[in-house]
Amino acid sequence: MQYITDYLNQSLLFRNFIEVLLGLDNTLLLLIISLPVGFILSLIFAIGRVSENKLISKTIASYIFVIRGTPLLVQIYLIYFGLGSVEFIRESFLWYLLREPFWCGVLALTINTVAYGSEIFRGGIQSVTKGQIESGLSLGFNKLMLLRKVIFPIALRKVLPSYGNELILMVKATSLVSLTTYMEMTGIARKIMAKTFAPVEAFIAAGILYLFLNFLMVQFVKYLEWKYNPHLRVSQT
Amino acid sequence: MFKFEKLVFGDLGWGDEFLFATLMTITVSILSMGLGLCLAIITVWAKLISNKITRLIANFYTTVVRGVPELLVIYLIFFGGNSVIMSIAKLFGYNGYIELNALTIGTIAIAFISATYSSEVLRAAYLAVNKGQVEAAKALGLNKIQIFFRVMGPQILRHALPGIGNVWQITLKDTSLISVTGLVEIMRQTRIASNVEHSPLTFLVTAAFLYLFLTTFSGKFFKVLELNYSKGYN
Repeated sequence: MQYITDYLNQSLLFRNFIEVLLGLDNTLLLLIISLPVGFILSLIFAIGRVSENKLISKTIASYIFVIRGTPLLVQIYLIYFGLGSVEFIRESFLWYLLREPFWCGVLALTINTVAYGSEIFRGGIQSVTKGQIESGLSLGFNKLMLLRKVIFPIALRKVLPSYGNELILMVKATSLVSLTTYMEMTGIARKIMAKTFAPVEAFIAAGILYLFLNFLMVQFVKYLEWKYNPHLRVSQT
Repeated sequence: MFKFEKLVFGDLGWGDEFLFATLMTITVSILSMGLGLCLAIITVWAKLISNKITRLIANFYTTVVRGVPELLVIYLIFFGGNSVIMSIAKLFGYNGYIELNALTIGTIAIAFISATYSSEVLRAAYLAVNKGQVEAAKALGLNKIQIFFRVMGPQILRHALPGIGNVWQITLKDTSLISVTGLVEIMRQTRIASNVEHSPLTFLVTAAFLYLFLTTFSGKFFKVLELNYSKGYN
């Protein structure tokens, strides 16, 4: 036992691993705020995208077009460096949020995931057949009830795999926030590398943690798919 | 706020610098997409032949690279790549110092990432081609090379094109990350210019427009290609 602990203490990879692990909470904080907010906004934007009001749907379509056509790094920099250089934002209350790299990261990640997520949900909403909506209407549902009881359950179930993909992309995207001096796992790995001059050990330690996070994410999405697709479960009899 | 006069061509503005940076982004994207496709073909081959070891290696590669942030892969290859190459060179008896330039390292890093996505696309396209086609070609007496280039290849290409278009967009956007290696592409040029001029908004908006321009037009190009390749089906 003594031998193992001694070995681990001498192992650079293990020490890096512990150090990077301390940055896990910062990575998770980014996700905990941006994923739920992004999910709700995506749903709202997807409804707006398929609405008959041309102004709303065209505005959202161009928002999606711009965000999906530019790299996330540009968006993060635009919010962190770009907005900070505008005079009236620095004088407004927004500055209390935007001077923190953390809130810039959250804002950029949310804006990004909403664009991708709403496009995914739009596909789901449009895949709901007309007959299902008509049967809902014939039962006397109003619009909100129709969304809650008919459209969302059918649409969300269908898009779960592709939204799961988007969630994994988001976990990976948090690493970019490290470029705005925010110390999450990638930032810490970068710092370790500068300190020890051993790049491979530092980045592999961070890579293992990201892989683990994504593994958990995949399991979570699999569980959701299992839970919300009871008709597809293989019976245990 | 937005200073148009900083974007003129010549000594007074950054127009020509941004033009070269855009060309660099396009170069890196095309090179890494090409290299990535070559890697992807090898990966697909390794996954489809009935050899457990190659399949294990290929699956490990795609799972790991897709599960780790792109930035980490780039850092690992940029900072760790040189020492790996030097230790390989040592095996061949060369003890000097080797340093690959940023373009090579960046291209390799992006290709590594892009190949994982391409391999999934190509694998799905390969499996989508009807097996009867191969049997028909065999019945006609075509040899293996002829089957690949005249029967399977064109059909795989048709099935893969929409996916390849998506991978191209991802690759193009991922090239913004290799600005961390110091290669002067759009993103790096943006940082340099905004540090010199103290006007980040101007150059970041310019960068966003340049990327938007590139993705939109290459998207249109792929749409045309897709239409061309599915002529026989509509």
